[in-house]
Amino acid sequence: MGLKQISKNPRWIIYLLIFIALLFIPRMLSIHDLMLFEYGITFAIVGLGFNLLLGYTGLLSFGHGAYFAAGAYSVAMIAKYLPQAYSLEILIPASLFFSLILSIIFGFVCVRHTKIFFSILALSLSMLLFALLFKLYHITGGSDGLRVPLPTLFGMSFKGIRRPEFLSGTYYYFLLGVFSISFLVMRGIVSSPFGKALQAIRDNEVRAELIGIRVRRYRLYAFMISGMFVGLGGALWTFVNGHVTADLSHWVFSGEIVYMTLLGGFGIFEGPIIGAMIFTYLKLYAMGNTQYWMFVIGATLIVLVLILPNGVAGAVSSLWTKVKKKTN
Amino acid sequence: MLAIDNLKKHFGFVKAVDNINLDIEEGEIVSIIGTNGAGKTTLVNLISGYIKPDSGRILFFNKDITYASPYVRIKLGVGRSFQLIQLFGGITVLDNVRTALFSKYGMIRRGLLSADRYSSVTEEAIKILDNFNMADKRNLTPKGLSEGDLKILDIAIAFALKSKLLLLDEPTSGVATSDKFKVMDSIVSAIKKEGISTLIIEHDMDIVSGYSDRVVVMHEGRIMAQGKPDEIMENKEVKATVFGIVS
Ligand SMILES: Nc1ncnc2c1ncn2[C@@H]1O[C@H](COP(=O)(O)OP(=O)(O)O)[C@@H](O)[C@H]1O
Ligand SMILES: [Mg+2]
Repeated sequence: MGLKQISKNPRWIIYLLIFIALLFIPRMLSIHDLMLFEYGITFAIVGLGFNLLLGYTGLLSFGHGAYFAAGAYSVAMIAKYLPQAYSLEILIPASLFFSLILSIIFGFVCVRHTKIFFSILALSLSMLLFALLFKLYHITGGSDGLRVPLPTLFGMSFKGIRRPEFLSGTYYYFLLGVFSISFLVMRGIVSSPFGKALQAIRDNEVRAELIGIRVRRYRLYAFMISGMFVGLGGALWTFVNGHVTADLSHWVFSGEIVYMTLLGGFGIFEGPIIGAMIFTYLKLYAMGNTQYWMFVIGATLIVLVLILPNGVAGAVSSLWTKVKKKTN
Repeated sequence: MLAIDNLKKHFGFVKAVDNINLDIEEGEIVSIIGTNGAGKTTLVNLISGYIKPDSGRILFFNKDITYASPYVRIKLGVGRSFQLIQLFGGITVLDNVRTALFSKYGMIRRGLLSADRYSSVTEEAIKILDNFNMADKRNLTPKGLSEGDLKILDIAIAFALKSKLLLLDEPTSGVATSDKFKVMDSIVSAIKKEGISTLIIEHDMDIVSGYSDRVVVMHEGRIMAQGKPDEIMENKEVKATVFGIVS
């Protein structure tokens, strides 16, 4: 992206302004709110990955918690079994690698089907992983899970530093950097020839095959990339959370990934990011203030489907078009 | 270039395609006409590899493609459009054509740079659309197009694959009668510019007669007659069974 194109397209100016604003977030938020914000960022990366499959390839996975867990457990297991390698610059590639392996294996099975069959298969496979994580107590900590200590970064050690300080300093900027790269990479993917091929598959798989796209293979590619993004989100999340449990691969958690994507809107590139942010705050406040968290989720889902089928981002963007039309 | 030899496809008792022999020469525009249920679509499906025949052979440039997959046939240069349009509804008209081009050039693995950065492919896509008088609609999605434009776009996609043989199944079905000739004009002028061999399926003789080098009449899975358009118009048997005129 050259400077010329950036200045021609207002979208990139907005992105740039938001990025600059994000640099100042740690000074504006309390540590508690900042942590929440960081949860949101990790889910935003998850949402980007999940939506490559849902929004761009037309496959709804109810088992993406599995890849989140793959990324998260990569971190926790290295902490437990390979502590000398416990530094971010190793942990991130490792989590990408393991979530890629898992998504190749599970994806290979899932992409043979579409629609509800795909969704159910993805869900079943993730529950298989859940059962493993749950049962192999001695390795994975079972339902107690595993603790995730603070990592090192390029030789920098954070020994003696408390987690909140770590999160409001170095780690925030690390997270912001990884998020920005993920954002740019995914933006590139969806607008590339490869991304167009995925959208062609989504729109009409019969014709896609007939213009020479190997539909199944490309679905698998999308699945793999999606799994890696979600795994990356999972790995980054563990440092904020400090603890991983088998629940990450449970379908309820996968359902939350689906929910936040629908909430933001899967038809718009930025939708899942907005959804992830809203979801994080919604969940916290709903859980803190009512016992009816599930009720809140259910009710908002109904509102979404009936009134905002394109999610919050979709509603905002159509409102924007209307306003623009009126003022012209 | 295309040689069909004793091709047969039955669905139970229905003899959809029943021992058809047909050759198409390079650059030739051949129309197949016949009433509904004559077996025209089935023949196109067999040539494009959509379904497999019971027996017989299909040769394309002397290569046996009878049982080749649709994918292989497309790579060899057999392209088709659909009676019921098959488009990519969620992406723009430009991207419908461009994706076909990317696929043709083996570029769909390129996953990081925006499609717009491949300007030669984009220009080629616009040129193709321009051939079909659709360049000004390139930023619309198919939802915003008329039935005639949808048909043309469907063909433009097949065209983008640089097919050596185009199979067009009822290119004007669903198009308002007043637009049918306009649609045929756009299609045939684009095809003639490139000299592509074409098989046009149509149930209405009037629409194709002006555009065809040869007309083949199908009836109940068999070829009843073939020849120059005006010869067919005068053929008594064809008149009686296909046009329903008894003289
Ligand atoms: N998949 C199929 N299964 C069963 N019968 C079919 C199938 N496809 C076509 N037919 C039958 O074959 C005959 C020829 O159909 P078709 O090739 O679509 O005719 P046309 O395109 O000339 O109208 C019809 O009687 C039709 O019902
Ligand atoms: Mg037909």
